[in-house]
Amino acid sequence: MARLTMREAISQALWEEMERDPKVFILGEEVGVWGGTYAVTKGFYDHFGAERVRDTPISEAAIIGAGIGAALTGLRPVAELMTINFAFSAMDHIVNESAKLHYMFGGQMVLPLVIRTVGGGGRQLGATHSQTPDAIFAHFPGLVVVAPGTPADAKGLLKAAIRSNDPVMFIEHATLYQTRGEVPEGDFIVPIGKSTVQRPGKDVTIVTYSKMLELSLKAADQLAKEGVEAEIVDLRTLRPLDMAPVIESFKKTNRAVIVEEGWKSYGVGSEITARIYEEAFDYVDAPVKRVAQKEVPLPYNRTLEQSAIPNVEDIIQAVKEVL
Amino acid sequence: MEKQGYLDLYHQMVAIRRMEESAAELYQKGKIGGFLHLYIGQEAVSTGLIAPRTPDDRVITAYRDHGVAYNCGLSAREIIAELLGKATGCSKGKGGSMHMADVKKNYWGGHAIVGAHLPLAAGLALGDLYSKTPGVTICMFGDGATNIGYFHEALNLSKVWNLPVLWVCENNQYGMGTAVDRASAVSDIREKADGYAIPNDEVDGMDVLAVQAASAKMLEEIRAGGGPRFLEINTYRFRGHSMGDPERYRKADEVHRYQENDPIGMFRKYLIANDVASEEEIVKLEDAIEEEVRDAVEFAENSPEPAPEELFTNVYVETY
Repeated sequence: MARLTMREAISQALWEEMERDPKVFILGEEVGVWGGTYAVTKGFYDHFGAERVRDTPISEAAIIGAGIGAALTGLRPVAELMTINFAFSAMDHIVNESAKLHYMFGGQMVLPLVIRTVGGGGRQLGATHSQTPDAIFAHFPGLVVVAPGTPADAKGLLKAAIRSNDPVMFIEHATLYQTRGEVPEGDFIVPIGKSTVQRPGKDVTIVTYSKMLELSLKAADQLAKEGVEAEIVDLRTLRPLDMAPVIESFKKTNRAVIVEEGWKSYGVGSEITARIYEEAFDYVDAPVKRVAQKEVPLPYNRTLEQSAIPNVEDIIQAVKEVL
Repeated sequence: MEKQGYLDLYHQMVAIRRMEESAAELYQKGKIGGFLHLYIGQEAVSTGLIAPRTPDDRVITAYRDHGVAYNCGLSAREIIAELLGKATGCSKGKGGSMHMADVKKNYWGGHAIVGAHLPLAAGLALGDLYSKTPGVTICMFGDGATNIGYFHEALNLSKVWNLPVLWVCENNQYGMGTAVDRASAVSDIREKADGYAIPNDEVDGMDVLAVQAASAKMLEEIRAGGGPRFLEINTYRFRGHSMGDPERYRKADEVHRYQENDPIGMFRKYLIANDVASEEEIVKLEDAIEEEVRDAVEFAENSPEPAPEELFTNVYVETY
């Protein structure tokens, strides 16, 4: 197995799927001549050509809308939104069109669309370019929401997303692109809708995903030195949500901390916590704790921004509070 | 055009009128829920527009969609059944008045968010361009939709990518209750297409043959690789925006003036005056249409409700 960065893993998945299936094509801002704002599609334009790597105007609604329309004709577009913050300009098409058409027309419309986008804070981009609004998208039945935390999962889940016949929102994290990990070569698929245990443990369950998986793993390493073995469940897919590994782990540890980068109110942690209480109340030994972003628009100043985003210390402290 | 071609156009227009009148009655009896936007007065628009299309050509429209559905080949039975929310409706009772489609007939709905289907139309056209299939996408929308951003994003993209799409503004003079000149910076809507260098024209939407000719010409130009075209079709709705519209924004005189130019009445006169069909033939056809719609209402009323388990089907295609 090769050790690849997240960027390389995503790029490889896209490349292989485009080689495999001529119905797969990319559209978005700066995906072609520029090579992708985050360099994920570097080299694609020269290899696959302008027809299959389509630069668009700055028109998010048209990018997603045209992606939907093309998908309805049987193609498999990968529509890229430069960042998830720009998804709000395409919200109508994501929510009112992509998530609804299959149901609303009684099953006759099928749209195998992938919306690739990037979220997350921590890069001093200010309040409008630093958000982690994943939970908003996970709210809508009909939409699939995937957010990988490792290079291998990024490759396997993106391939699964491209092959899925449902609209999939594929949320990458801007500060994970340089993260390295073992990535299986060739046709490697990770099924959508399956949470997984990324680190076994017996004392406490940490439920997390995406960038916060990286921080949770670091926190678990430090806790291990103090004799606390944390089990980490990575959600990987936010909708449809697979609670089975979470509940199984919680029944063993009886304690849980939910870690997400987005805001706490109405967030992923709120959902997971409620589900634990609903589905495993008899196993609760301590109140479930949530670690999440402070309830402010993210500031530009580096120190202020960092203090608003969860860090390893926050996770360790939360774990100690539930032990 | 052969005689049958004329009679087909007349058949479609009268069937839409009768269907919509039946829908209004069913709505007043409480058998149709939600919103109901009638096409009465605008029948010549979609009938003329869609007549020249080939089976490869796709049609997509807004929420005033029952008539368009009929022109695309959906039966009165499945249209009225959908209005009644029945399992036999074209969208299995899950869509209702504003969400009718039949993708096998290349009719892509029925979209209720104003202007949001224009980017979808660009995508449908992109599908044909990418796959090198011969279809042209016909996208209908109201005058009100030309003021929302999606319209401008979609028109711009269609020109940049030279998409095979016919943009059709069905200008019925009001976006809900707001007159065009109170909402749009230009009252000749087609001038907006100039901003995107899209060739455009306008036609009288009360004259089905004029609409048919304008549509055929533009479809041919697009099919020849000419890129997008824009057609403004001027029309008027004889009923309110939807059922329950108090119509405070227009005077009865204005409505009556337009009703004197009823597209169906004028076409009927044309058929007789030009010896296309006799009065007797037309009455026979009208009787058959009455029966077609009566049968459709009966079929819809006697159709089953969707099964309870249908609530949870079609959320996703895949099983996760």
